[in-house]
Amino acid sequence: MTEDRNNLSCAEFQAQMPDLIGGGEKASEHPHVQNCELCRALLADLETIAEAARQLLPPVEPPDNLWKQIELAIKDEDVSLDQG
Amino acid sequence: MPDSSSPTQPSDPRSDRPRGVMPLQASISPPVPNSNDDDTLARAQGGDHQAFAQLYSVHKRRIYSLCLRMVGNTAEAEDLTQEAFLQLHRKIATFRGDSAFSTWLHRLAINVVLMHLRRKGLAVISLDEAMDPAPEEGPGRSFGSPDLNLTGAIDRLALERAVGELPAGYRLIFVLHDIEGYEHNEIASMLDCSIGNSKSQLHKARLKLRDALRASSGLETQK
Repeated sequence: MTEDRNNLSCAEFQAQMPDLIGGGEKASEHPHVQNCELCRALLADLETIAEAARQLLPPVEPPDNLWKQIELAIKDEDVSLDQG
Repeated sequence: MPDSSSPTQPSDPRSDRPRGVMPLQASISPPVPNSNDDDTLARAQGGDHQAFAQLYSVHKRRIYSLCLRMVGNTAEAEDLTQEAFLQLHRKIATFRGDSAFSTWLHRLAINVVLMHLRRKGLAVISLDEAMDPAPEEGPGRSFGSPDLNLTGAIDRLALERAVGELPAGYRLIFVLHDIEGYEHNEIASMLDCSIGNSKSQLHKARLKLRDALRASSGLETQK
């Protein structure tokens, strides 16, 4: 399929965004983004959300006593298996 | 059973992440397992409790974080993490290395989370259904005024609330990709879906989050 990348409508460009964002090309360098303020703003928002997720929602350490609980549960299961 | 009350602390798998502005396609993958990991895994499969404790130390933060982001509640997240590692203990001997161990463990944990959501009466029954939200749940075309963007307008509580309100399938992809840093090919392997499906679901999740965050920050979305 041939498609004029310079003459995409916003709907056509946005339909391609999932692939563009994950692809090798920088979505911000796409000709449509260069010329469309609305889609440029949309892309900026999506980048902001992804970056906010990395910055604001880091991995969380479980409480120290969780391993003890898991160990006890494993022991209980092992005892049940031995008896069963 | 040998004492293993103090499994050693692993390094933060995301600690190498650069903290500057990062283009969307540059997410960071989890670390590649090395031969020590393989040895630990083999010993755990053979019933070595110390090795199992080491596996817990290596993977606990990611599994707990996944559970926490999916249910938004620390008590439930602890229960689900415990259940995931109990299931791991039961099933670890069946791991054959067809995928990375981390991928296999995440898939197991995801199933534990989805079963929990089903028991709570939420409309999630299987991975397939989680990955295929009802059409009416999909976001519409979202444009927004270019002079009212989100830059600098997102705070942690608003983001946590918005993530918590996503349909489970969208939330799962967003957590795995944008929070945990998995690549689409790894997510596709975890969820038995196509890479295209993973990309599409992530994009829809981000669009829904955008709408929610704009609404919570007082920015109107023009449609």
